[in-house]
Amino acid sequence: MSLCHFYPSLVIKFFRVCVCVCVELKMAASSERSPPPFPDSEEPELLEDSDEGADAFTGTSISEMDSPSPDSTRPPKDIFNEPPEDIFSDPLSNINSEPQKKVDAKIPSPSSDEAVDLFSDPLDDDSEVMSSPEVQNPMPDLLNEPVEAPKSDVLGEPPVHRDAARQQDVFEDPPKSSSKSSSVKKAASSEMFGDDDDDEDLFKEPPKVVTKKPQPSGPPVDVFTEVKSDVKVKPQVKDDPTDLFAEEALTAPAPKPSAGSSSSRTNGVHSEEQDLFSEATVELSLDSPRNDRKNKDAVKPSVSAPAAPVASSSSKAPSKTLKELEEEESEDKFDLNISITNPEKVGDGMNAYMAYKVSTQTSLTMFRSKTFTVRRRFSDFLGLFEKLSEKHSQNGYLIPPPPEKSILGMTKVKVGKEDPSSAEFVERRRAALERYLQRVVSHPSLLQDPDVREFLEKEELPRAVSTQALSGAGFLKMLNKATDAVSKMTIKMNEQDVWFDEKIQDVENEEQHLRKLHVMVESLVNHRKELSGNTAVFAKSVAMLGSSEDNTALSRALSQLAEVEDRIEQLHQEQASNDFFTFSELLADYIRLLGAVRGCFDQRMKAWQRWQDAENMLQKKREAEAKLLWANKPDKLQQAKDEITEWEAKVTQYEREFERISATVRKEVIRFDKEKARDFNRQVIKYLESLLHSQQQLIKYWDAFLPEAKAIV
Amino acid sequence: MLVDRLGSGYKERFSLFNEQEGLDDGPDFLSEEDRGSTLPNFKQNEFSVVRQHEEFIWLHDSFVENEEYAGYIIPPAPPKPDFDASREKLQKLGEGEGSMTKEEFTKMKQELEAEYLAIFKKTVAMHEVFLCRVAAHPVLRKDLNFHVFLEYNQDLSVRGKNKKEKLEDFFKNVVKSADGVLVAGVKDVDDFFEHEKTFLLEYHNRVKDASAKSDRMIRSHKSAADDINRIASTLYTLGTQDSTDLCKFFLKVSELFEKTRKIEARVAADEDLKLADLLKYYLRESQAAKDLLYRRGRALVDYENANKALDKARAKNKDVLQAETTQQVCCQKFEKISESAKQELIDFKTRRVAAFRKNLVELAELELKHAKGNLQLLHSCLGVLKGDT
Repeated sequence: MSLCHFYPSLVIKFFRVCVCVCVELKMAASSERSPPPFPDSEEPELLEDSDEGADAFTGTSISEMDSPSPDSTRPPKDIFNEPPEDIFSDPLSNINSEPQKKVDAKIPSPSSDEAVDLFSDPLDDDSEVMSSPEVQNPMPDLLNEPVEAPKSDVLGEPPVHRDAARQQDVFEDPPKSSSKSSSVKKAASSEMFGDDDDDEDLFKEPPKVVTKKPQPSGPPVDVFTEVKSDVKVKPQVKDDPTDLFAEEALTAPAPKPSAGSSSSRTNGVHSEEQDLFSEATVELSLDSPRNDRKNKDAVKPSVSAPAAPVASSSSKAPSKTLKELEEEESEDKFDLNISITNPEKVGDGMNAYMAYKVSTQTSLTMFRSKTFTVRRRFSDFLGLFEKLSEKHSQNGYLIPPPPEKSILGMTKVKVGKEDPSSAEFVERRRAALERYLQRVVSHPSLLQDPDVREFLEKEELPRAVSTQALSGAGFLKMLNKATDAVSKMTIKMNEQDVWFDEKIQDVENEEQHLRKLHVMVESLVNHRKELSGNTAVFAKSVAMLGSSEDNTALSRALSQLAEVEDRIEQLHQEQASNDFFTFSELLADYIRLLGAVRGCFDQRMKAWQRWQDAENMLQKKREAEAKLLWANKPDKLQQAKDEITEWEAKVTQYEREFERISATVRKEVIRFDKEKARDFNRQVIKYLESLLHSQQQLIKYWDAFLPEAKAIV
Repeated sequence: MLVDRLGSGYKERFSLFNEQEGLDDGPDFLSEEDRGSTLPNFKQNEFSVVRQHEEFIWLHDSFVENEEYAGYIIPPAPPKPDFDASREKLQKLGEGEGSMTKEEFTKMKQELEAEYLAIFKKTVAMHEVFLCRVAAHPVLRKDLNFHVFLEYNQDLSVRGKNKKEKLEDFFKNVVKSADGVLVAGVKDVDDFFEHEKTFLLEYHNRVKDASAKSDRMIRSHKSAADDINRIASTLYTLGTQDSTDLCKFFLKVSELFEKTRKIEARVAADEDLKLADLLKYYLRESQAAKDLLYRRGRALVDYENANKALDKARAKNKDVLQAETTQQVCCQKFEKISESAKQELIDFKTRRVAAFRKNLVELAELELKHAKGNLQLLHSCLGVLKGDT
C-alpha cells in the first residue's frame, strides 16, 4: 500500500494516472514514490530525487551558473589592479629621480595619462577658450600658470573649481602671486624648472605640435558662446578660487612631487605645459585638448598592440585614480543638495498643472545664498533641458534627459481628485525630476551654465514654451527627430577609433538588455501588487473562516493567521513600491540616459560627417584648380586658390571640431559609466536592503504566529 | 511519507492499516478477522496494482451509492489531476525553441520540469490521502470494492461516465440540492445536528472562498517568483556583456536573485501544499459531511412522513401494518444514520483541528525557514557588495 507509483505516460495525450498500490510488510514509514520520467528529459538522474525534486532541477542550474562567473570575474581584477600600480609607482619614482624622465614615465602608463586627461580636461577646454581671448598678459600667465594650473590637477580639484581657478588665474594672478609668500615663488620657480623639460618634450614631438600650428584665428562660434557664459559666471566665483589657490599654494612648496598626487601631476603638468606653450606662442586655445588627444593617440598604439584592453583599462584606470578625487568630488556634491518637495496642484481643469518646490542647499559661492527655494512646474524642467541641449549637445556633452511627458498621467491628475494612482504618478514624477536635477548639477560643466543657476535661483522663470507635446513646436521637434534619424541612417561612418566602435556597440546592447530588464521588473512590480491585493482578500477570507470555526483555539489561530496575512499584504505593498522606485525607476532612468549617450555618439558622427563633407569639397576645389591650371586660365586661378585655402581652413577646423567632440564624448561616456556604476551600486544595495527588511518583518510575523498555531488543541 | 499531508492522526492510523493489511500477526487486523469478518483476507503480504484516476472515482462512487454507508462521511474523491498548464507550457516551449536563446530554453525547461514535478507530487498525495482515509475508516476499510481495488491485479475496466450519465448526474445533483434546501429548512429535533448543520453550511462556503483566494494569492506569488527568475537571467546576460566592475556587480546580484527566486518559488509551493491543499481538502470533506447531513435530514423527513402516514392509516384504520413497517424501517434508518453520523461528525472535527494544527505549524515553520534563508542570502550578498565598494 505504501509504494505508490504513478506513471503518467506522456506521449501526446498527456496524463494517464496509474497508481500502483502495493502492500508491504514494513514499508509503512518508508514509502517511496518515483515520479514519472519527464518528457524529453535528458537528465533522468535528476528525477530520482523525488522529495527535493525542485532542488534537483535547479541545483544543477546553479552550479552551471556558478562556474562561469569566477572565470569572468578574474580577468577584470587583473586589469583593475595592475594599471594603477603603474600609474602610481612609475611616474612617482621617475619624477623623484629625474624630471627628464617624465615623458618616459608617461609612456609606460598610457592609461593613467588618458584617464586623468579625460577627466580633468573638459574644463581645460573651456578655460583655455576663456583665457585665450584675454591673453593680453600672457607673460604673467606663463609665470604663474605652471604653478597653479598643474597644481589644481595634482590635487584632483573638482573641475568646477578648477575652471573657476583658472579664470581667476587669468585675471588676478599677477598681483596675487606677487603678494604671495616666497614659498610660492620658490615652488613656481621649481616648477618652471621642471617645465622646461616638458617644453623640450614638446619639441621632441614636433610633428604633433606642427600639425596643430595651422590654427584658424577665429575660434568656432560655439566657443564664443561658452566663453560668454563663463565670463558671466566669473564675478560670483571669485572667492572660492582664491581659497583654493591659497591652499594649493601652501601645499605646493612641499617636496615637489608629493606622493600620491604625483601620478596625476605628471600628466597634468605635461598637458598643461603644452597648453602653456601654445598659449605663449599666441596659439588659440582650442588646440590644447587636441594636443592631448594627439599625444594619446600617438602613445596608445605604441604601448599596447591590442587596442581593446587599452580602452577597457583606460575606462577603469580613471575610476581608480579618481578614487582619491572622489573624496573631494563627493564633498563637492554635498555642497549642492537639491530636493524637490511639495508637489502642488495649481489651477483647475485642463489648465491645471503641478508645481514642485525645488529647494537647494549649497555652500557653493556661485550662488547668492546658502539655501533657496523656487517653485517650478514640469514644463520648466523640460525647458531647462531644451536650453541645455541647444547649447551643449553639439559639443558632445551628455545632457541628462528629463522624465517623459505623460499626457495620460497628467490628465488623470488634472481630472481626478484624490486617486491613489494619480498620487503615485505625482510621486513618481517628483522623484524622477529630483534625480534629473541632481544629475544636471552633478555634471561639472552644466552646473556652470547660467540657465541652470537661473533655474535654481530665480524667482520667476519665463514660461517655457514649445515643451507641450501637442503643440506646433512639438510637431516640429518630431519632424526634426525624424530627419535626424534618416540622416543618421545615411551616414556611413567607418569608425577609426576602436574605443568608440566598441562603446557604441556596448551602449546599444546594454540599452537593449536594460529595456528587457525593465519590462521584467515592471512585471514583477505588477505581480507583487497583485500578490498584495490577493493576500489582502485572502486575509479577509481566513478571518471569516476563523469566525465560523467552532473550535476556539483553531478559530483564534485562524484569525491570527488572518492578521499575519494582513501584515504580509502591507509588506508586499511596500516591497512593490520599493521594486518600483528603487529598481524600476533606476532602470528607466538609465534607459533614457543611454539614449542620451547615443545622442552624443550621433553628435560626434555628425561632426565627422561635416569634416568629411569639407574634405570632399576641398578635393573638388583642388580638382577644379588643376583643371584651371591645365586650361591655363590664370584669371580664375587666384579665386580657386583662395577657395582652396578657405576650404583647407574649414577642413582643419572641422577636423579639430570632430576631435574635440570625440574627446568630450569619450570623457562624458567615461564619466557616465562611472556614475552609472555608482548609481547602480547604491540603488541596488538600497533595493536589497529593502528586501532584507521585508524578510526580517516576515520572520517577525511568522515567529509570532507559530506559538498560536502550536496552541491549537 | 504517504500521509504527510493531512495530519498526524492519519499517519498513525495509516501505519496501523499497513500493519493490519500486511502483518498476519498484526493484533488489530487479526482481531477484526477473528470477529468473523466475511471479507476475504488479503492473499499476499505484498502486492501492487496499477490504478487510474477513474478507478479511484469508481471506488468513491461505489461508497456513495452504497446505502450501508449512508451514515458515514464518505472520504472525498481525489480531484482530477490538472496538467493543463504544464501541457500548455510544454507546447509553448516546443514552438518557441527556435526563438529562444539556449539559456532561456534550458531555464524554461527546468521551470517546466519543476512545475510538472510539483503537480505530480500533489496528485499522488491527493490520491494517497483518499486511500488512507478509506483504509483508516473502521467500516469502509472492510468494503469489498476497496479490497478488489487494492488486490485485483487486472484492469478494473471502469470507464468514465458518458454524456448521458453525466447529464443524469447533473439532474440528480440539481434535484438533490433543491431537496437539500428543503431538508435543510426542516428544524432538527437534535440540537447537536442542528448546530452542525448551520456550522457546516457556513463553514463550507467560507472554506470554499478561502481556498479560491489562497489559490489566487499563491498564483501571483508564483508569477512574482517567475519574474525574479527572469530578472536574474537578464541580469546575468547583462553581466556577461563586459568585464567591468558593474558587470561583476550585476553577476553577483543575478546570482542572488537566482537563489532568492528559488526560495520564493518554494515559499509559494509550500503555501500551496500546506495551506491551499488543506483548504481544498476540507472543502471536499465538508461537502462530504454536508452530504451526510443531507442523507440524515432526508431520512428524518422520510421518518416524519412515515409517522404522518402511520397516523393517517391509523385514523382510517387502513394499511396500518404496512405503514407501521415503513415507519419502523424509516425510524431504524434514521436512527442508524444519526448514531453513526454523530460519531462521524465528532471525528471530522477532531481530524480537522489536528490537520489544521499540523499544517499551520508546518506552514509557519517553513515560512520561517525560507525567510531566514532569504535573509541569510541577502545578508551575505550585501556584505560582499558593500565590501566591494
